[in-house]
Amino acid sequence: MNFSNFLFMEQEIGLVILFVFLFLYDTFCSEKGKQYFQGVAVSLFAAFTVYGFFPLLTGEAFGGMYVSSKLTIFMKNILNVATLIVFLQSNNWLASKETVHRRGEFFTITLVTLLGMYLMISAGNFMMLYIGMETASLPLACLAAFNKYREKSAEAGVKYVLISAFSSGIMLFGLSFLYGGLGSFYFADMAAHLTGSPLVILGFVFFFGGLGFKLSLVPFHLWTADVYEGAPTSVTAYLSVVSKGAAAFALIFALYKVFGPIEVVWHHILWWLSVITITLGNLFAIRQKDIKRFFAFSSISQAGYILLGIIAGTAQGMTATVFYVLVYLFSNLAAFGVIAAVEHYSKGDTRIAAFNGLYKSNPVLAFVMMLAVFSLGGIPPFAGFFSKFLIFMAAADQGQWILVFIALLNTVVSLYYYLLIIKAMFITEGEANAVGRFRTDNYNKVSLWICTIGIFVVGILSVIYEYIGTISFGI
Amino acid sequence: MAYSLLIIVTPFILFLVLGLLGMKMKPVIAGIIGTLGMAFCAILAYTVAYQYFFGIGKTNGEWLTQIPLNFEWLRFTENLHIDLGILLDPISVMMLVVITTVSLMVHIYSLGYMKGETGFQRYFAFLSLFSFSMLGLVIATNIFQMYIFWELVGVSSYSLIGFYYTKPSAVAASKKAFIVTRFADLGFLIGILILSYYTKTFDFGLLTADHAGLVTTSMAGGTFMGLSIATWAMALIFMGGAGKSAMFPLHIWLPDAMEGPTPVSALIHAATMVVAGVYLVARLFPVYSFAAPDVLEMIAFIGAFTALFAAVIAITQTDIKRVLAFSTISQIAYMLAALGVSGYGDHEGLGYMASMFHLFTHAFFKALLFLGAGSVIHAVHSNEMDHMGNLHKYMKITSWTFFIACLAIAGIWPFSGFFSKDEILAAAFHHNPIVFWTLWIVAGLTAFYMFRLYFRIFWNGKREYNEHHKPHESPWAMALPLIILAVFSVFSGLIPFADFISSDNIPFHTHIDWTVAGMSIAVAVIGIGIAFALYFKDSKQPAKIAQSLGIFYKAALHKFYLDEIWMWVTKTVIFRYICEPIKWFDRHIIDGSMDGLAWTTQKVSTSIKGLQSGQVQFYAWVFVAGSILIAVLVLFI
Repeated sequence: MNFSNFLFMEQEIGLVILFVFLFLYDTFCSEKGKQYFQGVAVSLFAAFTVYGFFPLLTGEAFGGMYVSSKLTIFMKNILNVATLIVFLQSNNWLASKETVHRRGEFFTITLVTLLGMYLMISAGNFMMLYIGMETASLPLACLAAFNKYREKSAEAGVKYVLISAFSSGIMLFGLSFLYGGLGSFYFADMAAHLTGSPLVILGFVFFFGGLGFKLSLVPFHLWTADVYEGAPTSVTAYLSVVSKGAAAFALIFALYKVFGPIEVVWHHILWWLSVITITLGNLFAIRQKDIKRFFAFSSISQAGYILLGIIAGTAQGMTATVFYVLVYLFSNLAAFGVIAAVEHYSKGDTRIAAFNGLYKSNPVLAFVMMLAVFSLGGIPPFAGFFSKFLIFMAAADQGQWILVFIALLNTVVSLYYYLLIIKAMFITEGEANAVGRFRTDNYNKVSLWICTIGIFVVGILSVIYEYIGTISFGI
Repeated sequence: MAYSLLIIVTPFILFLVLGLLGMKMKPVIAGIIGTLGMAFCAILAYTVAYQYFFGIGKTNGEWLTQIPLNFEWLRFTENLHIDLGILLDPISVMMLVVITTVSLMVHIYSLGYMKGETGFQRYFAFLSLFSFSMLGLVIATNIFQMYIFWELVGVSSYSLIGFYYTKPSAVAASKKAFIVTRFADLGFLIGILILSYYTKTFDFGLLTADHAGLVTTSMAGGTFMGLSIATWAMALIFMGGAGKSAMFPLHIWLPDAMEGPTPVSALIHAATMVVAGVYLVARLFPVYSFAAPDVLEMIAFIGAFTALFAAVIAITQTDIKRVLAFSTISQIAYMLAALGVSGYGDHEGLGYMASMFHLFTHAFFKALLFLGAGSVIHAVHSNEMDHMGNLHKYMKITSWTFFIACLAIAGIWPFSGFFSKDEILAAAFHHNPIVFWTLWIVAGLTAFYMFRLYFRIFWNGKREYNEHHKPHESPWAMALPLIILAVFSVFSGLIPFADFISSDNIPFHTHIDWTVAGMSIAVAVIGIGIAFALYFKDSKQPAKIAQSLGIFYKAALHKFYLDEIWMWVTKTVIFRYICEPIKWFDRHIIDGSMDGLAWTTQKVSTSIKGLQSGQVQFYAWVFVAGSILIAVLVLFI
C-alpha cells in the first residue's frame, strides 16, 4: 500500500487528529481543566478551518476511491465554516447543567459526522459515499437525542435513527441494483457504461431516495420537522445547514459525474421534486407556531431551490448551487444563532410568539434576525438575493422558464411567512412573561457577527462566485 | 495608482463608522473624524492629480486614460458585464480634486455651522456617504457603475436635504428632489439599456473610442418615430443628466432642496451633485458629438434657455438661498450650453474645455457663496433679504469673501469666473449666435442679481439690529473655509486649462478673445452698476420698477408657475389618466392574483396538515411509496 495516498487527505487527517485530541482531553483532563474545553475546542477548530483555505494537494487517491479537487476542498471549507459557527453558538446550551459534563461528546461526535461528510464529498466510489453517509448519519442521531432527558429530544433521536437506517437500507438496495447493472462502484467506470436500462434507473431512484432523505426532499422529508423541533437548537442548525449542504454536494457530484448520461431521467425527477419540495415546504411553513418547526419547513423549501441549480446540469448550475449553499449557511445560521439565544434566555420557549416584541427588548438580535430572514427570502441587497438570482439564472439559461416561474411564485409565499417573524419581532407587543433584555454570550456574538458580515458581503463580493465558477464543471 | 481606490473607500468606511458607532461618540469627535477622513481623501486626490497631470498622464502629447483598477462584478453575457473600477482621465481627476476640496471645506465649515444640532453624527455620516457616492460616480469606468453611484448620490442627497426630518417642508423638499431626479433617471436607465443593447458594452472606453465608432456602426440605420436610435438613446441618457443638473423643466427640485442645512447646499447644489449631468455629457462627449449631434444641439438650446430662465427668476427672489439656487441652475445651464455648442478636437472643442473650466471655477465660488450665505443666516437667523442689510459692519470676513465670489461669478477680470465664462462665450460666439446672445444677456443678469444680493445683505441702509442680538462674525471653523475658497475663487482662473482638458485629450492653445471678453465685462459692469444704483442704498425704486413690470414680475417671482404646472400635470394628467388605470390593474389583477395565491396557499396548507402526523411508521411508508411512485413514473411515462 502506498501511504503517500494519505497526503491527499490532509483535511480528513486533520479532523481525525483534532477528534483524537479532543477525545483525550475530554476523557483524561480534570474537571478544572475542562472549563476551558469550549474555548480550546472552538479555537482549534477555527485554526483547522483557516488551514483549509491554504492551498492543499489535489488529485485522486486509492485508485480513484477518494478524490480531492479544489472544488471538494472549497465545499469542505464551507462545511467547516458552518460547523465553526454552530460550535460558537452551542456555548450557552452546552454550559447548562444538563449538558456541561457531556460537552466533549458534542464536539467529538460532531467532528465524526463531519468526517463522514468529507468522505461523502470526496467519494469517487459508491462504497465510499455510502460509508461516508453512514458515518455522517448515525452519530447525528446521538446528537439529536443529546438532551436525552427531554422527551422531544429523545423522540427526535429515535425518529432520526429509524428513518436514517431505513433510508440507508433503501440506498443500499439501489446501489446493489446499480452494481448489478454496471458491475462497478467506481464513478468513472460506471459513467462509462451507464445506460438507461430499467435496472439502472430503479437503482438510481432508490439511491436518490437515500440522499433525498439527507436533503429532506419531499417525499423523504417527513422526519425533518419532528427532528428539528426536538433536537437541541445547535444540532438543528447543524442538521439544517451542514448535513444538508454535504448531501447537496454529494448529490451534485453523483449526478454530474456518474449519472450524466441519463440526464433525461433525473432531469424530470428533479424537476418535479423541486417544485413539490419548494411548494410543500412553503405550505407547511405558513402554519407553524414553533420557530424550529418553522425553520424545518423553510429549510425543506430551500432544499428545493438547491435542486433548481442542480437541474441546470451546467458548470453555471454547479457554481450557483455551491454559492447558494454558502449563502444559505450564513443566513440560516444567523437565524439559528438568534433562536439559540432567545431560547436560552426564555427557558426553552421556542414558539414564534416568544419573539414578540424582541425589537423592544433586544434590538440588535432582532436586527440580525431580520437580516437573516430577508436574506433567506431573497431580498436585495443581501446575499440571499444574489444566490437566488444566480440559481434562477442558471435554470433559466437552460430554458427552465416554467420552473423558475413556479419558484418565483413560491418566493412570494415564502416572503409572507418570513415576514411573520419580522412582524412578531417588530410589531406585535411582547407577552407579559416575554424574555427581557439580555446580553448574548461572546461566542454567540462572534458567530452572529460572522453571519452578518457574510449576509452583507458574500453577495456583493463577486470574487467568491467567480472563484467557484473557475473550479466548477458541468456534465 | 491603485491607491486611488482609497479615495472612495475612505469615505465609505467613514460612513460605516460614523453611521454605526457615531451615536456612541461625542458629536465633536464624530465631526473631527469625518473631517480628518475627508482631508485624507483630499490629500490623496491631490496626489493623484499631481501624479496624473505631471507624471504618467501624458504620452506623446496626449492625455491617456488610466485604469488602475477594474474587476468584473456581474456577468450577463460574454460581452455584457458590469465592471467596477477606477478610471482616471483629465476630467475625472479634475472632478476628484473639486469634490474632495469642496467636501473638505464643507466638513470644516459644518463643524461650526452644525454645532449643537441634534443628529450631528448622522449629519457627518451622510456627508461621508454622499462624498463616497459622488467620488464613485466620477471614477466610474462604465456607464452602469456610473448609474449605480448616480442613484447612490440621489439617495444620499435625499437624506441630507431631509436632514431636519421633523420639519415638514424639509421632508417635502427631500421627497421632491428624490422623485424628480428619480423620474429623470428612468430616462437615463432606458437610455443605458438601449445603448448597451446595441453596442453590447457598458464600457466608456469602448463607447467613446474611434469617434464613437462602435455606437454609430451598431446603431446604424435604426430609427424610431423619425429619429435615429442613437438620438433616442443619447437624449434619454441626457434626461438623467438634466434631472440631476436641474435643467428646465426638471429644475423644480433644486430651489426647494435649499431646505437642507446650508453647508449641504454648498456641497450638493454647488459643486457636486448638480454638475453630475454636465459630467455625464462630458464623459460621453464623443458619442454625443459624432453619434447624436442633434441631441447636442438640443442640449445647447436647453442650456441657453434654462440659463436665461433661471437668471430672470433669480432677480426676483428674496430668500437668499433661493437666489443662489437659481443662480446655480443658471450657471450649470451655462456649462451645458457650452458643451452643446462644442465641436470635437483642437480649437473646435473649445466649448468642451470651457464647460469643464467653468465647472471647476464655479464649484469654488458657488460653494463660497453658499457658505457665505450660511454664515449670514447663522448671524441673523433668517433667509430673507428683508431681515438683512448693513451687515458689512458686523461681518467683515464674510462680506469680503462674498464680494470676491460675486465678482468671480459676474465674470470680472481677473477673477476666476471671468476666464471660464469668457471661454464659454467665445465658444458660443463662433458656433451659435442665438446661444451666444442669450448667454451674453444672462451674463449681465447674473452680475445684476448677484450684486443685488450682495448689496442687500451687506449694505443697503442703516438697519439697526437689536442690542441683544447683534450679528457677529462666524467662528473660525466657518470663516477659514470662506477664506480658502476665496483664494481659490480668485486664482483658479489662472490655470491654463486647455493644456489639461480638451475634447480629444490633446492639449491646445487658447487666448482671450478680447472682443468677446470686452462685451462680457461690459455687460457685467452694467449689471453691477444698475444693482449699485438700485440697492446700495435703501430706496423705493426697486419696488416701483417691480410694480411697473406688473404681471411679468409676478410671474418671475412665482418661478413662472412651473411648480404649479407640474402639479397640474402630475395630479390631473398623470394621476388621473395613468395612475388610476394602473391602480385598478394593481388592485384587481395583481393584488387579486396574489390574494388568490395566498388564499389557495392557506386552503391547501390546512388541508394537507394531516400528512405531518408524527408517526414514524407513516413516514417510512411515505418514503417507500414515494420512491416506488417515482420509479414507476420514470419507467412507464
